[in-house]
Amino acid sequence: MTADAGYPTPPHFRKPLIDTPFHDRARALSQNDQFVAWAGYSTVDVFTTVEQEYFAIRNAATLYDLTPMVKYRVAGRDAERYINRLVTRDIRKLKVGRVSYVVWCNDEGHIIDDGTVFRLSETDYRICTAERQLDWFLDSAIGFDVAVEEITASVAALSLQGPTSAYVLKKFGLSGIESLKPFEFRIFEAEGRSLMVSRTGFTGDLGYELWMAPQHATAVWDDLMQAGRSRGIRAIGSQALNLARIEAGFLMPNVDFISAEHTVRMHRERTPLELGLAWLVDFDKPHFNGRRALQKQKAAGLQRMLVGLDIDGNKPAHNALLYANPTDETECGFVTSAMWSPTCKRNIALAILDTPHFEMGRRVHADIYLHRELVWERRMVTATVVERPFFAPERRRLTPPADR
Amino acid sequence: MNRAWDTIIVGAGHNGLVCAQMLASAGQSVLVLEAGAEVGGFAAPREFAPGFRASIAAQYLHQFSDALLRSLQLERHGLRFAATGLATTVLASGRHVRIAGDHVDGVSAEEATRWQQLDTRLARFAKFMATVQSTMAPRLGSSDFQDRWTLLKMGLRLRLLGRREMREFLRIAGMNVYDLATDELEDPLLQAALGMDAILGSNFGPRAPGTVLTLLTRRAGEATTTGGYRLPIGGLGAFAQALASAATAAGATVRTDAPVAGIVIENDEVRGVDLANGERLSAARVVSSVDPRQTFLSLLGTEHLDTGFVRRVDHFRHRGITAKWHLALDALPTFTGLPSAQLGDRLVVAPSLNYLETAYNASKYGEVSVLPALEISIPTVHDRTLAPAGGHVLTAIVNYAAYDAKDDLGTAREKLEANALAVLESVAPGIRSLIRSSELLLPMDLERICRVTGGHWHHGDLAFDQYLMVRPFPGAAQYQTPIRGLYLCGAGSHPGGGLTGLPGRLAAEQIQRTAP
Amino acid sequence: MSQPGRQQHDVIVVGAGHNGLVAACYLARAGLDVLVVERNDYIGGAAVSRNLFEDYTYSNCSYVCSLLRPEIMRALELPKHGLQIIPYDAGCTMMRGGGHLALYDNHDALRREISRHSPRDAEAYDRYSRDVMRQCKFIRPLLLREPPDPTSFKPRDIRELLYLGARFHNMGEQRMYDTLRFWTMSAADFLDEYFESEIVKAHFAGSSIIGTALGPRSPGSAYVLLHHYMGDIDETVGAWGFARGGMGSVTAALTSSLRSSGGDVRVSAPVNRVVVRGGRAVGVELESGEQLSARVVISNMDVKRTFLNCVEPEHLPEEFLTAVQRFKIRGSSGKLNIALGGLPTFPAIPAGCPALRGDMHITDTLEMMERAYDDWKDGRWSRAPYVDMLIPSQIDPTMAADGKHYMSVFVQYCPYELADGPWTDDKRQAFGNTVIDAIAEHSPDFKSLIRHAEIRTPWDIEREVGLTEGNIFQGELTMDQLLFNRPVPGYAQYRTPVRNLYLSGSSTHPGGGVMGAPGANCARRVIADFGRASA
Repeated sequence: MTADAGYPTPPHFRKPLIDTPFHDRARALSQNDQFVAWAGYSTVDVFTTVEQEYFAIRNAATLYDLTPMVKYRVAGRDAERYINRLVTRDIRKLKVGRVSYVVWCNDEGHIIDDGTVFRLSETDYRICTAERQLDWFLDSAIGFDVAVEEITASVAALSLQGPTSAYVLKKFGLSGIESLKPFEFRIFEAEGRSLMVSRTGFTGDLGYELWMAPQHATAVWDDLMQAGRSRGIRAIGSQALNLARIEAGFLMPNVDFISAEHTVRMHRERTPLELGLAWLVDFDKPHFNGRRALQKQKAAGLQRMLVGLDIDGNKPAHNALLYANPTDETECGFVTSAMWSPTCKRNIALAILDTPHFEMGRRVHADIYLHRELVWERRMVTATVVERPFFAPERRRLTPPADR
Repeated sequence: MNRAWDTIIVGAGHNGLVCAQMLASAGQSVLVLEAGAEVGGFAAPREFAPGFRASIAAQYLHQFSDALLRSLQLERHGLRFAATGLATTVLASGRHVRIAGDHVDGVSAEEATRWQQLDTRLARFAKFMATVQSTMAPRLGSSDFQDRWTLLKMGLRLRLLGRREMREFLRIAGMNVYDLATDELEDPLLQAALGMDAILGSNFGPRAPGTVLTLLTRRAGEATTTGGYRLPIGGLGAFAQALASAATAAGATVRTDAPVAGIVIENDEVRGVDLANGERLSAARVVSSVDPRQTFLSLLGTEHLDTGFVRRVDHFRHRGITAKWHLALDALPTFTGLPSAQLGDRLVVAPSLNYLETAYNASKYGEVSVLPALEISIPTVHDRTLAPAGGHVLTAIVNYAAYDAKDDLGTAREKLEANALAVLESVAPGIRSLIRSSELLLPMDLERICRVTGGHWHHGDLAFDQYLMVRPFPGAAQYQTPIRGLYLCGAGSHPGGGLTGLPGRLAAEQIQRTAP
Repeated sequence: MSQPGRQQHDVIVVGAGHNGLVAACYLARAGLDVLVVERNDYIGGAAVSRNLFEDYTYSNCSYVCSLLRPEIMRALELPKHGLQIIPYDAGCTMMRGGGHLALYDNHDALRREISRHSPRDAEAYDRYSRDVMRQCKFIRPLLLREPPDPTSFKPRDIRELLYLGARFHNMGEQRMYDTLRFWTMSAADFLDEYFESEIVKAHFAGSSIIGTALGPRSPGSAYVLLHHYMGDIDETVGAWGFARGGMGSVTAALTSSLRSSGGDVRVSAPVNRVVVRGGRAVGVELESGEQLSARVVISNMDVKRTFLNCVEPEHLPEEFLTAVQRFKIRGSSGKLNIALGGLPTFPAIPAGCPALRGDMHITDTLEMMERAYDDWKDGRWSRAPYVDMLIPSQIDPTMAADGKHYMSVFVQYCPYELADGPWTDDKRQAFGNTVIDAIAEHSPDFKSLIRHAEIRTPWDIEREVGLTEGNIFQGELTMDQLLFNRPVPGYAQYRTPVRNLYLSGSSTHPGGGVMGAPGANCARRVIADFGRASA
């Protein structure tokens, strides 16, 4: 008989969202009390202003509470075989101590989610995702000697991003951090606390992600803020991060694509090929979920694809429909993410375009609606298909990284 | 690896052997690998007591089409019948009803007429169903001409029943046999006889919607033969032997005691099989007559499959709920009120539909029926080769016995045996003293002996949601699988179990159509 | 326009249940002169608010407004006529032994709640909702359409069949298979494909058995589950909830809407028979002997009551009559309406939990529900029944005085005929006690708060409301009685073998629940035919 064990205080029907271990610190710094729900947790949307936070990412160092990122431990004799069947990349090539960006698909080759895989040992992995995956991960484990367990609540995480982030970590006391290469991680033991640091992030800039036990969370936060004070460190919310990730050309689930496990309507799913992630799909490795469907799609050619757009003018093309021909308004796609990029000084967007409009250099027309002093205005402007990412500074790859 | 064989068939059940014969006749080099010592699967012979023989599960040959029998030339390969066209006698204590086709004795004249009308109508529907059963299930939404043509033909054949009959078919096809029987008939024994045919081997009681479908699938098999309930001389094992002999004569090789450990895959294509003894045999294709769950999860391995597909494999329902009982008797038993001339009939002990339903209830909760229903055969009335001089064999299908029994296997077996014996004694008093030896095989036993997951006759429930183009499940419903070169030909595939040979035949046809 | 005392009408509707009123409203709006005749001295059929004890209001038959099509509410201007639906945001299932599962609107709260029982199920719930939603989206447009006759070659039937075929085909191969399976499988098997926790499965299985003579393991019960889901997922907010003032406000609003379009309802006017002349319905004869004539008669009674009681058999083809006799309408549900002196406490559920304001169920495993069904099959009420309770007075202040509460208790299963002889007052009381004891097991103060209890067995519901066997759907929702088979193959388009006699009740497609779709579809058919007749 199931008892009512594990009933939370306060009860979840009063307070559905969970506070992260950084909540007190975040609340103290949050000027506007702008919290939003993320994967069941309450996190900050904007601390001060989006602009200040955004420029801190590109100019200094920023702290972002990453705890709600859903984390799974995958361990067992078949862990490598299991993950290799799960994701589209060849995970056998992932060495211990390294991280890989991956996507996983259903049988039809439609993306369920993206995430990162950390190889902790030969038989022990961590997978971080935006949304919960236990249902899929466990069904995928049928026939494999592997244990899959969600460990989100037992791992607090912070993202430290920006050109001075390496310097901040050094000052924080992580000696040798400068030798950490992109997509590598290392475990630092100091003052009785264990800190896993990976050189990963969602900003396309120099940056790290820090993984720790929840009981060390506030101390790490405080020490980082202290260490970064002279380098302009500041806490940022999700809105600023979202701007940085568009510039970096990264995809956001439920914005640029929707998980195939959640689509009710037809033809809303996307394959990695359609999302411009063909480089993540390795047809030469053994079987993986969706392989046969993706092979077929590859052979048949794509009907649509996600691309970067460079749009005339400076009005962000939020939710804009895209037309092949502005006069008869034949739709050929739509914008999924858009912004004026302050760093690139370009009006950029991610968009889904029908064939053949997604070819590089092709021009389409964006139908932009602007709300100006309670009046809606409409602009039809030209947009050009361009390469992603829009912003990719050298410093993000440089090892050892610069101090400033 | 050079390809030693065109086709390796895993499992020498009757479907595997039919498939082997047909492919070998078409010129393929075919190897059949059987894990056990005998061919035949559920129809394999079993000496359950010294000198007493029966087949493991099957009791009659009544759904194997005359056409297939002829084309396999089984009579040339030694198949002879000890009895054909056996009548069914339904027994309750003190009363019995005898059914021979559309004719029934032991009921009022009005009831006999009602039976005749119902039987005629069911026969008409069964003819239609027989065409559905003997056609490969079409894919839906496919642009393939064959699929569309099959669907169209099915629709036309249905319409050709006539408007009235088509309507009636569309109504009763989704119904339960309890309602059909009580709507059309009054005699509880006749109702129960209809109910019994609907639920034998299925995971249903007579009140479950879908039991008219299972009834019709059974009748459809019977509509393909004029032989009715038949007993081969030497038992159903002899039928299996004849099939093996036909396959061998066509050029196939049948190897027993050769359990397959796994199917070998390279580049998403079948390369052959690995035997449990470490031997690797190469083949252009592998055809599995093993149940779908074992085929995909054990022999193939989920790493070659997509998760969604594995989900469907995992959800395929295959809990057997039918037990088989073998009795070695010192003499012929006497059934109360039953003329000895009728002892050779197919004897059904099921006094009413409610009796069947109550018996079914137990199996839902992992229990065995307190008052089980029995389908009894005393083959030695017709065939003396099955028992030592003076002795007799009585076999029975016993409904119901849950596969996932709450009791341990031994206790469950003891309980059901005691219950079955009490029921048997109620119609054949004194039979207890004639029993020299008794063996009851629960679904768990059948699973172990026949290597069929769940010990299920049909390798998986026969129900609307596991029928036709969704049998065993989408992605494997046309005998093909996601893996190139791997095919299914067992009872898990359309049209399901029973000694019809149809999955084997249809698989062979599909292989010839799709394979180079 | 209908005038008092006038004996000649365009349309007479027999039975002032919600479907009859819906049909009447549409016809009156089309300019026809419509009279609804009702046997009881109150309007509403099974959608009523009754004042049977002090100042408590009982929704003493149907108790929640979940399915009423928004299209109908809008077309008949029901809000203008006083209908107000108040949503509730939670529900729960209570287990023996004190555990519970609550269902919340808030996705995060819900996930954490299901996680208490199984983290995996908490996530599988999203897949479950997605798949159920896909099925709802497929079926919803079919509710307000006439099912085509698959044996017919008439252009309309072929067109409609093609429409259905195209809709189905457009789903794509995999979803077609999913749909095929969903329509035919059992709720238990369907839920097994998503969930591992018994309580989670039991909670969702509840709606697959409400009102039907099926157990959760009966094939076809997954569809019934959907039948109750339809309103829940409607994109129009507020489709699922209490009708303010009780379910009688649905029929009160319909009556008001009808009268505003010139139609009328006459109560205490039991119909003895439909008058048929020359194979054509020409009116009705009341039990008083009074004859009312009309060009069209619509029976809102179920198909059995209509043709076995109210139409002389000589007007009906034998085959049709047999089919009506064989139409399965099975009483399987009971109902208790309880006046409470105060709000009962349910200690298993934490104070302040919104689940107490929603629909509360008592059951804990599929096995328990299936065993409850076994009892019904054996001709007795379930010894451990499935109970669906609501205390609408917590949300709707009109149902009881301040501090007092009305509780609606729906019980599955309760047979129409008992194995041990007819229903008696004692047996009814014993049935009531079984249910009250089952609730009291979860609420220690419940019994002491009871001021009055109305206990209704299927037999009572049949006698009072006129539903055959007290079946809330006017016919089982099994595969053989859906779509073109409902109620009789060949007569699934609201017409009957008697010309100008139509059916508007839940015996017709798409079936029961306070949905209104059969009434609306029937009206559309009458308008189409009537237009042709007068041309």
